[in-house]
Amino acid sequence: MIADRKPGFNTLAIHAGAQPDPATGARATPIYQTTSFVFDDVEHAAALFNLETFGNIYTRITNPTQAVLEERVAALEGGTAGLAVASGHASQMLVFHTLLEPGDEFVSARQLYGGSINQFTHSFKKCGWTVRFADTTDADSFRAALTPKTKAIFVESIANPGGIITDIAAVAAVAKEAGVPLIVDNTLATPYLIRPIEHGADIIVHSLTKFLGGHGNSIGGAIVDCGTFDWLKSGRYPTLSAPTASYHGITFAETFGNFAFAIACRVLSLRDLGPAISPFNAFLILTGIETLPLRMQRHCDNALAVATWLSRHPKVAWVNYAGLADNKYHALAKRYCPQGAGAVFTFGLKGGYEAGIALVSNVKLFSHLANIGDTRSLIIHPASTTHRQLTDEQRMRAGAGDEVVRLSIGLEDVDDIIADLDQALAAA
Amino acid sequence: MNHDVYSDAYIRDILTNHRTIAMVGASPNTSRPSYFAMKYLKAKGFCVIPVNPGQAGKEILGEKVYASLADIVEKVDIVDIFRGSEAAVAITREAIRIAAHVVWMQIGVRNDEAARLAEAAGLQVVMNRCPKIEYGRLSGELSWAGVNSRRLSSKRPLLGVKGVQHRVLASGRD
Repeated sequence: MIADRKPGFNTLAIHAGAQPDPATGARATPIYQTTSFVFDDVEHAAALFNLETFGNIYTRITNPTQAVLEERVAALEGGTAGLAVASGHASQMLVFHTLLEPGDEFVSARQLYGGSINQFTHSFKKCGWTVRFADTTDADSFRAALTPKTKAIFVESIANPGGIITDIAAVAAVAKEAGVPLIVDNTLATPYLIRPIEHGADIIVHSLTKFLGGHGNSIGGAIVDCGTFDWLKSGRYPTLSAPTASYHGITFAETFGNFAFAIACRVLSLRDLGPAISPFNAFLILTGIETLPLRMQRHCDNALAVATWLSRHPKVAWVNYAGLADNKYHALAKRYCPQGAGAVFTFGLKGGYEAGIALVSNVKLFSHLANIGDTRSLIIHPASTTHRQLTDEQRMRAGAGDEVVRLSIGLEDVDDIIADLDQALAAA
Repeated sequence: MNHDVYSDAYIRDILTNHRTIAMVGASPNTSRPSYFAMKYLKAKGFCVIPVNPGQAGKEILGEKVYASLADIVEKVDIVDIFRGSEAAVAITREAIRIAAHVVWMQIGVRNDEAARLAEAAGLQVVMNRCPKIEYGRLSGELSWAGVNSRRLSSKRPLLGVKGVQHRVLASGRD
């Protein structure tokens, strides 16, 4: 018997999950823009509702276009199954809704996308879930934040906006010791740069809106089940380990084995909370993913050139890009993402808050907006936008002080990107 | 043979070359995985014969339950073990005695001694897999649930005759 050949990353980015359409032979994945799917007969309908067979009922739960996207992302990450949802925020909501009960806690890196800090701190409180923050650069701080109520640990692989590379394996060791799953937000790295599963992650979340979609045209999120966590062992995850009342008493971890988490997120949390992705968005993101390896490498190459140029500019106080040899996180970058340290980074202006405002006002090629991971180069001043709802201390700790400007380097000619910054800094 | 990994062709050949499965440990409880698997495999055209001494003489999904493999009248191709790994050796000896072609142990069930016995007697062995999941994975149905099938194909999936949401496997076809 010959084992199957393992396809490479470029091949998976184009083919994983996508066979020609069985009905028409269409080679590109069709947009199944429909709310619902007819049953073959009453028996088929019953089997679908009981989860006894595979198939589509309603686009809030499954859709064939969405399914291709889910398998594609799962394959790129090396996980057992995926789930695509309406946004990155929705993916986090569904993950924690599946893991936590009211009164439970989780430990999260405090160096996070500002929107995640808000979601965890304020909205999750309404569900009775408490976040305790730790320092993503110090694995021991996660251990110190554990309590008997801790059910999960959450980090970003490359933290936004601080440009920090998390030592995923070190935090994974803490999670393993505590018997809780490690959730990694892999949005800024994408599986092209870092595959968290290889470093001990149990669950991966993505904002597909960013580099995976890559063209700034669609909001979407994804959850990847790594298939690594034993849900039955501790009995602390009743959604997975106890009989489920809304499906006639089936136990997810028994019935669905190493992809039970992804199925539970879908048929319980997505079914009941409802943040489904539109098939059209799923199609656009899928098309983006086909060129992910090419785009991501160019993003990284451009980002390194821009960061190097900025680090020599007289008006720039500091540049925090882990791709630079003198950066604090360069060693971690070489270990975790040798192909590049991503394309989102921050730098500090000697002129502080006012200089930041002036820079974002003066750019002509860069777009001043609150997103990252577009073909276009993007710029934002976090203190006056994405992180303005946070306290001064939270902003500083998240790497979003007054003088900080965040860039998401696009795919334009790098000379044009640098020329735009040059003229805008001259005017700042 | 290495039982940590099976090629897709090995699994597909087993599932397309055989039609009669004796399911040892089949349950009448409609929320148990064995009930799900039996129902699915029947829908895919397999003849599934339940074996469960506690249910002998009763019916599961319209099929008569036998107390042991030796009691089964029909010719059994695949013996599917839905029991603990420790029970696998005794069941495998019975499978050899009734001249089954394949010993298949469910997810979580692995017994290398049983595998050695079966292979020495010329039987094929699959361990720590579910035939329902493997059928769904290779036919493409499991991909509808976002599961990573770990297979690529530029061929159209094969549709079954029962309706649009049914895919089937065919011998020798990816």
